[in-house]
This record gives sequence, structure tokens and C-alpha cells, in this order.
Amino acid sequence: MKINDAFWGVLLMALGAAVLLAVRGYPNIPGQPVGPALFPGLIALGLCAGGALLVWQGWRDRAHGPWLAWEDWVRSPKHARALAFLLGSVVFYILVSDALGFLITAVLMLMALFRSLQVAWGRSAFWAVVATLVVHFAFYKLLRVPLPWGILTPMAW
Amino acid sequence: MWTAVGQAFSMVFEPYTLMVMVFASLYGLFVGSVPGLTATMATALLVPVTFFMPPIPAVAAMVTATAMAIFSGDIPGCLLRIPGTPASAAYTDEAYAMTRKGQAEKALGAGLVFSAVGGLFGTVVLIVAAPALADFALNFSSFEYFWLVLLGLTCAVFISTGSPIKGLMMLCLGLLVACVGLGNPAGFPRFTFGNTEMSGGIGMIAMMIGMFAISEIIRYVVDTSPPAELVVEEVSGVLKGQWALAKKYPKQIMRGSVLGTAVGALPGAGADIAAWMSYAVSKKFSKEPEKFGTGHVEGIVESGSANNSALAGAWIPALVFGIPGDSITAIVIGVLYMKNMNPGPTLFTTNPQNIYAVFLLFIVANLIMIPLGILCIKVAKRILRVPREILMPMILLFCVVGTFAINNSVFQVGVMLANKFPVAPAILGVVLGGMLEENFITSMIKSNGDLMAFVSRPIALALAILTALVWFAPLLLRVLRKPAVPA
Repeated sequence: MKINDAFWGVLLMALGAAVLLAVRGYPNIPGQPVGPALFPGLIALGLCAGGALLVWQGWRDRAHGPWLAWEDWVRSPKHARALAFLLGSVVFYILVSDALGFLITAVLMLMALFRSLQVAWGRSAFWAVVATLVVHFAFYKLLRVPLPWGILTPMAW
Repeated sequence: MWTAVGQAFSMVFEPYTLMVMVFASLYGLFVGSVPGLTATMATALLVPVTFFMPPIPAVAAMVTATAMAIFSGDIPGCLLRIPGTPASAAYTDEAYAMTRKGQAEKALGAGLVFSAVGGLFGTVVLIVAAPALADFALNFSSFEYFWLVLLGLTCAVFISTGSPIKGLMMLCLGLLVACVGLGNPAGFPRFTFGNTEMSGGIGMIAMMIGMFAISEIIRYVVDTSPPAELVVEEVSGVLKGQWALAKKYPKQIMRGSVLGTAVGALPGAGADIAAWMSYAVSKKFSKEPEKFGTGHVEGIVESGSANNSALAGAWIPALVFGIPGDSITAIVIGVLYMKNMNPGPTLFTTNPQNIYAVFLLFIVANLIMIPLGILCIKVAKRILRVPREILMPMILLFCVVGTFAINNSVFQVGVMLANKFPVAPAILGVVLGGMLEENFITSMIKSNGDLMAFVSRPIALALAILTALVWFAPLLLRVLRKPAVPA
């Protein structure tokens, strides 16, 4: 997805302004001319200046390109769906891994991703289970990361 | 000194470290030769694993894996015309043309042998330059450090990116992320929105895994180009004729290595830009420039040594000043901090054995690259057939688990939308933001707010002038710059 630079310029200027607003109330280090507001303040000024430049560039180039150009994958439902699954699966993991436990969450997540990438059902199931067990072994057993057990807690090994 | 060297030897040549190096090599060779997985991603994925290792094996894993990955990126470039890592992109067409002429083994052999040569050259420069520079840097005060960091960030913005303004904006965003939390000279909670998880700052490692690894998975998922065809079936005898090439092109090897090390040492420009520049230089000064692009080995020899020497070059500013020379060392610096091996000139005086061990690791990694590389070329056909639709989801799971393993909290995995905004300056901004602010504020307090103090010491003044030059001579640099590949 390619959006005209002016759009990003406006966004950056807004961010810069918000930061300037936020650091206004920060106190100085006692007895010093400086404080925690100075550095972010300078960055915010940079964001505003750069944002303004991008707006100007985008406005200047508006004749050469559309305001919003989609890349090829947007027109291909297959690819767009794969991307949605990819981002969705991370959110899914964050939301349910504690409740369902790592093993179930990971198998479901991998199955969904494999299927969205056109892997056959059998192969998907096989690799989802194998990869989950390997990652679980590596992180839980070898590296001692406390991966959640969730509803499988009674049978934790 | 010799006792420290002895200690370094015993740290490197102990079974555990050697085992880590062998596994890291195989891992690096694999990641490099799978198109779509880069050396930077290899490093990012290693972070959760190295988290649980002692310092030297952790560094060993990163040094070997990246060296191998930069070489093995040549393999799919040569056989499929898809560079395995951006660092191989400069001469992919050349290598593929050689394969079509039936010279695949010569192209791969040249890539392997001169990668090792370039890597060793860069290592020698690292060994000679780093301690001398550290000695010099011991006299630096906050003023010099302020300019040094600013110079590094300036280079990152102006040298490696297509659009300096976008680079600058990404840098500002990175610096802003570095501001989040309590970690500032005043210890004042900034931009935390009252959230306790934010007061520790935004997890750098989580962000890097998100930016480097996950963005590559996204790029794979939305890639609509058709799959490539494998042209050769078997490649063997890669070392044949390499000695003759070395005798024929000594100047090219030297030039590639020197340029590669120098570009690597510049912050923000890494192996990929070193390879592009070397390839262009090679063509420009060649006696037979008309042969370039038709399957001529000269450019591969030169830029193949350049990209590997850049890896070692990038460690010079990383170890001496804590300023990463490329996106790989940006991750490495994060790991060094976690391992209490804080980079800086004092690292050379207080724990010299660790530095010698790093040097040794580089030498060993570049030497074992040749036998393991031959092995990898032999099985290349199989690696290239690894189904990526199965690999990528597994890597995603690994990223997610790895990120949470380090923070132990379900906080966030940053994902960037690719809009031709360069990622490298943002990463450097996050890594160096704290250092920049600390030296800036310390200097301001020392000088009581007098800005003239920033240029009143001779070295500080020189660095300030250099920084200003980079800012105001972007036109000159633009002429030298080659199309940058996203990091």
C-alpha cells in the first residue's frame, strides 16, 4: 500500500505537536537549565519540520502519482487473506494463550496459517503438531521459559 | 596481555562454545540460503536463544551465523536468481549468468573463498584498529560522545536511505521510542500513560524481532511473484580454479575488502551497500567492463569479499563506541548489554580477554566457513526445495514465543507497514537514543547550558564539522550511493 507522502507528513506533524504538548508539564532537573522535556521536545520539533517537508513534497508530486496506490497483493484475495491471518494469529496468541495454554494455541495458530498459505490439511496438521512440540521442548524444557499450560494444566509434564 | 589471550583461547576452544559455533554455522548457512530469510533475521531469531547462554558462546553464535548467512545468500542467487540475503543482490544477475553458462561451481566457489578472505581481512582491521581506537577514545568526554553518536545517526540517515527526509523521520520516531519510560537522566516517567509496563521502556529486542523478522514474513506472505525454477541439479568441485582467480584478481580482492570494511564501519551502511558499491567500483576500474553482466567472475570476487569484510568492519564502532555499524550489530549491541559486556573503550581495558575472544571467534568463523560452505553447496538443492509456506508460520511462532520469553509478558510485537520508509535509522535511533540524550544532557549541565562548549574541545569540534559536512553534502553522497535494499 502506498499512500501519498503528504498523508504521512500530516501524521508526523500531529505526533510532533502531541509530544510538544505532553512534555510541556515536565519539570526541570532542580537547579539545572535542562530537564526531561528538552530532548523529546527537540525530536518533536524535528518531526514537525520533517512532516512539513513531506507535506510540501507530497503536494508538489500530487500530479505524478495517485493519492493512494494499492500494491498487487491487495487485489489478490489469496494474499490479502494470508496477511490477515498472519496479523490475526499474533493477536489470537496474545489474547488466548494464557487461557488455552501454549500447546493448543500454537497448534491452532499454525494450522490457520498453513491453511491460509494453501498447505494441504494433512500436512498442516502434521507440521503444526510437530513444530509446536519442538518449540515447546526448546523453550519450556531447554530454555526454561514459563510457557502457559492453560486448560491443560492438570496434565502438565 | 598474553594471559588475556590465553584466557580468550580457553574460552573459545571449549567444547560448549565450539558446539554452539557448529550449530550456529549450520543455522546461518540454512537461513542465508533460504530466499526471504536474511542475515539480520538470523541474528534477530538468535536473540531469545542467546539470552540463556554465557556471553562468549552468545557472541560466537551471532558472529558465526551472520558470516555464514552472508556467504550462503549467494547460493540461491546463483541457482535461482533470487538473492538469499540483500547482501548478495548486487551480483545475483552476474552469478546466475555464470550458472547459465555452466559455471555454477566457479561462481559459488568464488563467492565462498573470497567471502572467507574478505571476512579475514575485515577481522585483521578489527584487531588492529579497535584497540587503538579504544585507547584514543578513553580521553573522550560527553561532548565527544554526543557528536560521535550524532555523526553515526547522521550517516545512517544520509548514506543508506533512498530519501533523507524519510530516513530522518524514522530516526526521530526511533529516538522518541527510546524516550519512553524512566530511563532518562532525570529518571522522570515519560510517555508511559500511567502504564507500569511502559515505565521500563519499550522492549528493544521485542521491537527488533518485530521489525526485522516479522516484517520479512509479511513480505513473503504478500509476495505475488511466481516461484523460480532451479536450473542446475548437482554442483561439485567448487574449489577448482579459485587459486588461479586469487592470482588473477589480487587488486580486486584487496579493494573489495578495504571498501567493505570501511562501509561496514560506517553506521547504517552494512554488507548490502558494501556489495553494491564494490560491484560498481569493480566494473568501473575493470579492464573488461563490457563483460560485466554476462557471467564474468571479476565482480563476484570483489563484491563477495566486500560483503563479508563489512560484517567485521561493523563491529569496530560497535565494540569501541557502542555505535552499531549495521543493523546486525545494532542487535548484537542489545545482546552485549544484556550480557554485561557493555560496549565502550573500557571494555578493552577491564576485560581484554573478552575482546580477544571476539577476535578469535571471527577468525575461527571465517575459517570453518570453507568446509561447511562446501557441504552447504552440496546439499543446496535440498535446502532450496524447503517449502517456505511451512517454514514461515513456524518462524512466526518462534518470534512470538521468543519475544515473550524475554519480556515474560504479553506486551507487544511491533509490526511495521512497509511504505518505503527505511527501517535501519529507526532501529539505530532506538538503540542510540538513550546514549545521545544522556551525553547531551550531561554536556548541557557541565556547560551550564552554553552551546559553545560543544565545539570548544578540538576533537569535539572536528566531529562537529564532520557531522555538519555529512548533513550539508548529501548531494555528493547521493552521487556515490547505489540503490539501497531495505534492511
